[in-house]
Amino acid sequence: MFRLEVRTSTPTWFNLALPLLAIAATLVLCSGLIALAGAGILESYGVMFTASLGDSYAITETLVRAAPMIFTGLAVAVAFRAKFWNIGAEGQLLAGAVASCFVGAIPMPGALAMLLMAIAGAAAGAAVALAPATLRVKFKVDDVVSSLLLNSVIYYALMALIEGPWKDSFSGYPISPPIEDSANFPVLIEGTRLHLGVIVALIAAPLIWFLIARTTLGFRIRVTGENPEAARYGGIHVERVLLSTALLSGALAGLAGVGEVGGVHFQVMSDISPGYGYSGIVVAMLARLNPLGVVPAAIFLAAVMTGAEAMSRATGVPAFLSDVIQGTALLAMLVALLFTAYRIRRVGVAT
Amino acid sequence: MSAPLIEMRGITKSFGAVKANEAVDLSVAPGEILGLLGENGAGKTTLMNVLFGAYAPDAGEILVQGQPVRITSSADALAAGIGMVHQHFHLAPRLTVLENLLIGIPGKGGRIDRAGGLARLAEIGRQHGLTLDPDLPVSALSVGEQQRLEIVKALFRGARLLILDEPTAVLAPSEVDRLFSALRSMAAQGLGIIFISHKLNEVRALTHRCTVLRHGRVAGRVDDPANTTSAAMAQLMCGHEIVPPARGPSTPGEAVLTLDGISTSNHAGTVLRGVSLAVRSGEILGIAGVSGNGQRALAEVISGVRSPDAGRMTIAGQTVSRFSPREVQALGLGRIPEDRMTTGLVTNLPLADSMVLPRIGTAAFSSKGLLKPDAIRTFAEEQIKAYDIRCPGPMTRAGALSGGNLQKALLARELAFDPKVLIVSQPTRGLDIGAARFIHEKFLDMRAKGCGIIVIGEDLEELLVLCDRIAVMYEGRIVGTLDSADATIARLGLLMTGAEGRA
Repeated sequence: MFRLEVRTSTPTWFNLALPLLAIAATLVLCSGLIALAGAGILESYGVMFTASLGDSYAITETLVRAAPMIFTGLAVAVAFRAKFWNIGAEGQLLAGAVASCFVGAIPMPGALAMLLMAIAGAAAGAAVALAPATLRVKFKVDDVVSSLLLNSVIYYALMALIEGPWKDSFSGYPISPPIEDSANFPVLIEGTRLHLGVIVALIAAPLIWFLIARTTLGFRIRVTGENPEAARYGGIHVERVLLSTALLSGALAGLAGVGEVGGVHFQVMSDISPGYGYSGIVVAMLARLNPLGVVPAAIFLAAVMTGAEAMSRATGVPAFLSDVIQGTALLAMLVALLFTAYRIRRVGVAT
Repeated sequence: MSAPLIEMRGITKSFGAVKANEAVDLSVAPGEILGLLGENGAGKTTLMNVLFGAYAPDAGEILVQGQPVRITSSADALAAGIGMVHQHFHLAPRLTVLENLLIGIPGKGGRIDRAGGLARLAEIGRQHGLTLDPDLPVSALSVGEQQRLEIVKALFRGARLLILDEPTAVLAPSEVDRLFSALRSMAAQGLGIIFISHKLNEVRALTHRCTVLRHGRVAGRVDDPANTTSAAMAQLMCGHEIVPPARGPSTPGEAVLTLDGISTSNHAGTVLRGVSLAVRSGEILGIAGVSGNGQRALAEVISGVRSPDAGRMTIAGQTVSRFSPREVQALGLGRIPEDRMTTGLVTNLPLADSMVLPRIGTAAFSSKGLLKPDAIRTFAEEQIKAYDIRCPGPMTRAGALSGGNLQKALLARELAFDPKVLIVSQPTRGLDIGAARFIHEKFLDMRAKGCGIIVIGEDLEELLVLCDRIAVMYEGRIVGTLDSADATIARLGLLMTGAEGRA
């Protein structure tokens, strides 16, 4: 018989190994589904790997997909550190996309356009995140529910926009007008889609790490998240910290939308995000809310997404497996986190 | 004497390299109240967790009425007739008293046996004076009543041995009396009781026998606690003699903190009604009173987390205008909180973070919004050394430290900045004798250096030892202030009950 016992301390290697264990468990669990679909397990995972990380072009594609999830992962990690439960990165991303598309369609010099797109997108995302944070600070409204529901509000507002004023009058498709060519983010490697926004995302991670670990704002975010009462007695304005965190978190999620508009789609359509905002939660949890861990976690999920499509074409296993892997990875990580606080102990069998 | 109700033989339990318990023997006979003594970290809690099934021992056995049993969960412990009242209660606040009692009790034919529960509750109440209103939600109960409910819950489940972990730490003196008479009544009916406490006068008044633990082993047993001196028991616990600190004559100077007509209210009504007091430099002022008479609000106002509705406060001659923690701290106020875990420390973060928390925005620990990690670390390391805080280092999770070491850390973080006034609440609650002694000495040192100190406390003996003057609060007012030379427990006790008149 086994039972859980409280740990007095957690070894460092264990903390590092945890996400890897969770991912390994996920792949084992999901291999059952591959077998059920009648494909070879190793073959399918092999195709997934080759298609996502097997050659340099595949790697750039994976990085392009990872970029928005790095931003939403950072957004969620920062928010969760302060225990501001921002489930609204998806809506904040969409708001950022709409705002940057709006700015990008205005003719102006390219560099200025890109800068203003980023500012507008970040501001739009921050504004959306401010709503649930204000409701929580002023009226104690549950931020999980309000930030989650706001996603639908933003999504349908976006739909109203592209079905209405932005609708392409020529083709009749529900898509926004494209941004100016000069506002398209420069491609870094000829023949790939690796755009400037990917580099910005990769730089953002260490910057956010620095902010959390080395600045007074980061200190206040950490303390507020872990013990708001002690923070208040220690002279920290808890409400102000929560609102600042929401602004930062929303701005990061908004930047995910900016990258998708400026670097990938150059316009806004209804499926501009395949749920990058929600994937950000998985990314942040796999990274254990560490901004540096967000990068590998986002690349893992991006690899699963790109790989799943290739696997589907090659083996006939539905690409929905990618969603199952994401969900399973989140659950596996949550279970794995239990073992940082508890250990399994074997108890002698009763005679 | 009859066969022991419960017997633990040779219990050994290690955590890594630390032996929390080593070959511990302990027994309780029916009708016996056993005191379990020991300093923090001596292994009392581990031993009781082994008995209650939370930990599996590495070696040793447990016998219930002479029969060896294997206890691997709290369910096993309950089945063996062992009930435990933890320091932190395990109650569902939104459910009523009766509902809390019936949780986990099989009903009749899938329905909750309300009538049966009510009858049992009334019976237990009659037998031991443990009366409770069955229909009140737990959130409406006082701390003492919640504890009563925990005891009733254990009896309800047929416990024949009851373990109480520092039950009096949360109680007012009158509630302690009531608890003791209930425990005596239970013992008279043949129940066994294990009573864990740091307060030796209580142990001497209540228990029939004591087992003393030190460094995980049995350091000694006391067969006649009532006729053993507290000093002798303290010596068994610590391994050396403990001398109470001597408070020399004081030479109070200027007033460093004054309150003039401070009133506050919350949704429940007025909590402070025109409180005026003054603390001079080099003086320790005690605030006595039964808990819930406005002491917490007083501490909150002085700490700057609550703004008064009326009145004026000065620190070192300066009028406090905005009542924020940062303002009062900048004027020279230091604060040791009543509840270390909730308003003092951040248990999940490194100890160093908690030690710099109130001053993180000052030049000592940051500049231009950037932390100074080296300064933070050095400060924490210096204080850990200066205060002999037992921990692996400044990056240890604060929650991993014992209560005494946490209290030292909180003391260090305030005293390092030479406060002009120090406000402390329940400074030694839950601490063992050695740690309490250390804290008291520090207060007296600060007093000698000219700091004015306010000690809010319920332990009158502690206040009498420590304070120059003692003010008594009742229903949000100060009803009397005594020089400690004239104060006795009886006179303070009378004032605490609200008896008017000049004392």
